[in-house]
Amino acid sequence: MKKITIDPVTRLEGHGRIDIFLNDEGEVLNAYMVIPELRGFEKFAQGRRVEELTDITPRICGVCPEAHHMASTKACDAVYRVEVPPTAKKLRELFYSAFYVADHTVHFYILAAPDFVLGPDAPVAERNILGLIRKVGVEMGTRVIQARGKAMDIIGLLGGRKIHPTFALPGGVTRGINEAERAQIEATAREEIEFALFSLQLFRDIVLKNPAYVDMIRSEAFTLPTYSMGMVDEKNRVNFYDGKVRVVDPEGKELLQYRPHEYLEVVAERVEPWTYLKFPYLKKIGWKGLVAGKESGVYQATPLSRLNASEGMATPRAQEAYEEFYKTFGKKPVHHLLATHWARLIELLYAAERLFELSTDPQITDPKIRNLPTEKPTEGVGIVEAPRGTLTHHYITDERGIVQKANLIVGTTNNYAPISIAVKKAAQALIQKGQPIREGILNRVEMAFRLFDPCFGCATHALPGRMPLEIRIRDERGNLKDVVKQNLS
Amino acid sequence: MAQDPKLKLALYWAASCGGCEIAMVELREKLLTVDQVAEILFWPVAVDTKYKDVEAMPDGHIDVCLFNGAIRTSENEHLAHLLRKKSKVLVAFGSCACEGCIPGLANLYDRQSIFECVYLECPSVDNPNRAVPQVSTKVPEGEIHIPHFYNTVKTLGQVEEVDYWLPGCPPQDPQIWAVIEAIVGGNLPAKGSVVGANEKTVCDECQFKREEKRIKKFYRLVEIIPDPGKCLFDQGIICAGPATRGGCGALCTKVNIPCRGCYGPPPHVVDQGAALLSAVASVVDADTEEEAARIVGEISDPVGTFYRFGLPASLLHRRRLGKS
Repeated sequence: MKKITIDPVTRLEGHGRIDIFLNDEGEVLNAYMVIPELRGFEKFAQGRRVEELTDITPRICGVCPEAHHMASTKACDAVYRVEVPPTAKKLRELFYSAFYVADHTVHFYILAAPDFVLGPDAPVAERNILGLIRKVGVEMGTRVIQARGKAMDIIGLLGGRKIHPTFALPGGVTRGINEAERAQIEATAREEIEFALFSLQLFRDIVLKNPAYVDMIRSEAFTLPTYSMGMVDEKNRVNFYDGKVRVVDPEGKELLQYRPHEYLEVVAERVEPWTYLKFPYLKKIGWKGLVAGKESGVYQATPLSRLNASEGMATPRAQEAYEEFYKTFGKKPVHHLLATHWARLIELLYAAERLFELSTDPQITDPKIRNLPTEKPTEGVGIVEAPRGTLTHHYITDERGIVQKANLIVGTTNNYAPISIAVKKAAQALIQKGQPIREGILNRVEMAFRLFDPCFGCATHALPGRMPLEIRIRDERGNLKDVVKQNLS
Repeated sequence: MAQDPKLKLALYWAASCGGCEIAMVELREKLLTVDQVAEILFWPVAVDTKYKDVEAMPDGHIDVCLFNGAIRTSENEHLAHLLRKKSKVLVAFGSCACEGCIPGLANLYDRQSIFECVYLECPSVDNPNRAVPQVSTKVPEGEIHIPHFYNTVKTLGQVEEVDYWLPGCPPQDPQIWAVIEAIVGGNLPAKGSVVGANEKTVCDECQFKREEKRIKKFYRLVEIIPDPGKCLFDQGIICAGPATRGGCGALCTKVNIPCRGCYGPPPHVVDQGAALLSAVASVVDADTEEEAARIVGEISDPVGTFYRFGLPASLLHRRRLGKS
């Protein structure tokens, strides 16, 4: 038996690692995606004033603090059973839409695009955001930086800090906007819509017009039929901020819908001793181990799964892009994992359009933005769609509103099982007996999980470019037989 | 200047949230300037260098290492030692590395109680075998190892010698830029200094003037909608501004949220929590000791209030083991 260790799976060495075990014939027996860290927020949330979790839990992740801030605030709304004024709800969603624009831009351009724009075989030293800017020119690089920056400026305006903003509280938000601020947000939103359309066109030109990429997207190695999860509005259209969570089976048939307070009836998490991260699955189907398909409770919660779990987008141009997406593949749901990148850009367009809609809402400058809680605090669940998956915060307090228990199911955690399976599948397809394991294999294994935009434990989020990978092949006695490296200059 | 060799820079994250990396991304177009003046030898988030490559560098090869994140696992500590050895200048970057930050609140508990909570007690957990993570696990195909999870969160300074402290959760980008300019220009102050901040308090840079009004009741954020034109502390909302180093620009109070203290203690203050408690006690409006005790006693979660960002670095450091 041989063991292949991919360590680290991101540039963040030690924050993620893959151990692949081969049999004597050189076929992949099993793959373990190991997450070697934990910070224990569920524990030290205990004893805190529940409303302070809106500031504490965003420190789970500095890449998507806005998602934790929103899920936490919605859980607090539920803990206090406090009604949120309509304008405050809209401002929260406006804030959240700006965040989606910034975050999806970061992922596509800084993380994913170097693989496609520069190509999987581009020189390692160039395959990062700076190399990307050198290739496409400073003008376009600046456009990306500014599109992201202007969305971040909206977050800073509303939330004080641009990173770890403090905007929402139980019962509303901490500040409203005036007409001048509204007009500025509207102007930004118009630019963001243009930027999202430009990004989609870029994807068509660079990826969809390249047969090699299209073959790769459609290849069996990157296809993973699982259940799909995503939040939807009352018309089953994608929503990031509020609604029911919908799950469809691998054929696209609805399995169930649930409201936040029902999540424990739907999702459970397995614990394994060899990793610090838990594996969520659908209770109704059951845990069958790290396998895909209709008989396994494994599900995805990603831009692709959100499109699969919905029946459309709530804004006009995103809806057109949605239709084009499914028309191109000629089927729904789509299980080609690399299509997640395209789905992410469709969501970018939706977020930009939604930002525009909300910025032009006649109610948006209304000064009534907060209700103080009057009910005794008890228990509450808040769910939003984080960019990397459905995000659930669940708090139980005493009668003073001091947290007794907290449970958090974080975006990427949902995808821990499918990422593990995707990596195993890519390895199985690419590692062939008798064939040397070349650098290109590592790149493809890497692409199999990068498309999830993994943010393990919401703490080890990867940013620009390629990850260093090292595969060590040992014989059954543990003697090193071969080492294949990439990005290990 | 142009002939000078480029500055050799390294950036690393230990136990952190990634917000410090996004704070670097917030430099926006200036990142391109950084690319011109500095050679980034190691930045797991952006540059393709591995531990092995760092290990292969001569000692002191890196000019400046910006190290963010706290020391939570054996692996975090290993990297702290490695990067200290390889760097001429080691900067504790951000609140986690400087003071332990919010993840440092885990020092109210220990490894066992954290594991029990996360892997056994959380209501969504399905764990029939009551498994918790093990440093080494035998699986059918072989053995898998993960780092040791310590009982206690430590700051960078508690495991290695630190040359400069750059506070904030996260550090604000204009301050980061000012420090990078000082590094590139060779204008860093004496070793041991706090950089990327100022010598005042957050109160001093807040738009609201504090009148040190006497307080009969301290309010939680769910109990009051503050008057947006006035000092929050004067309205009975505990604000860490008087006990926190300035440099952020008092961003939170601009949106009617009190300072929670992420820039750490101000100059000449050893224990930020004690300083904030002192600021609270000094404005209590009570005629008797009993009344004063009642007003202060009503403040729930004192540790999470006064030591939100700095428990590991404080005089308290952690709850005694075995007492959680």
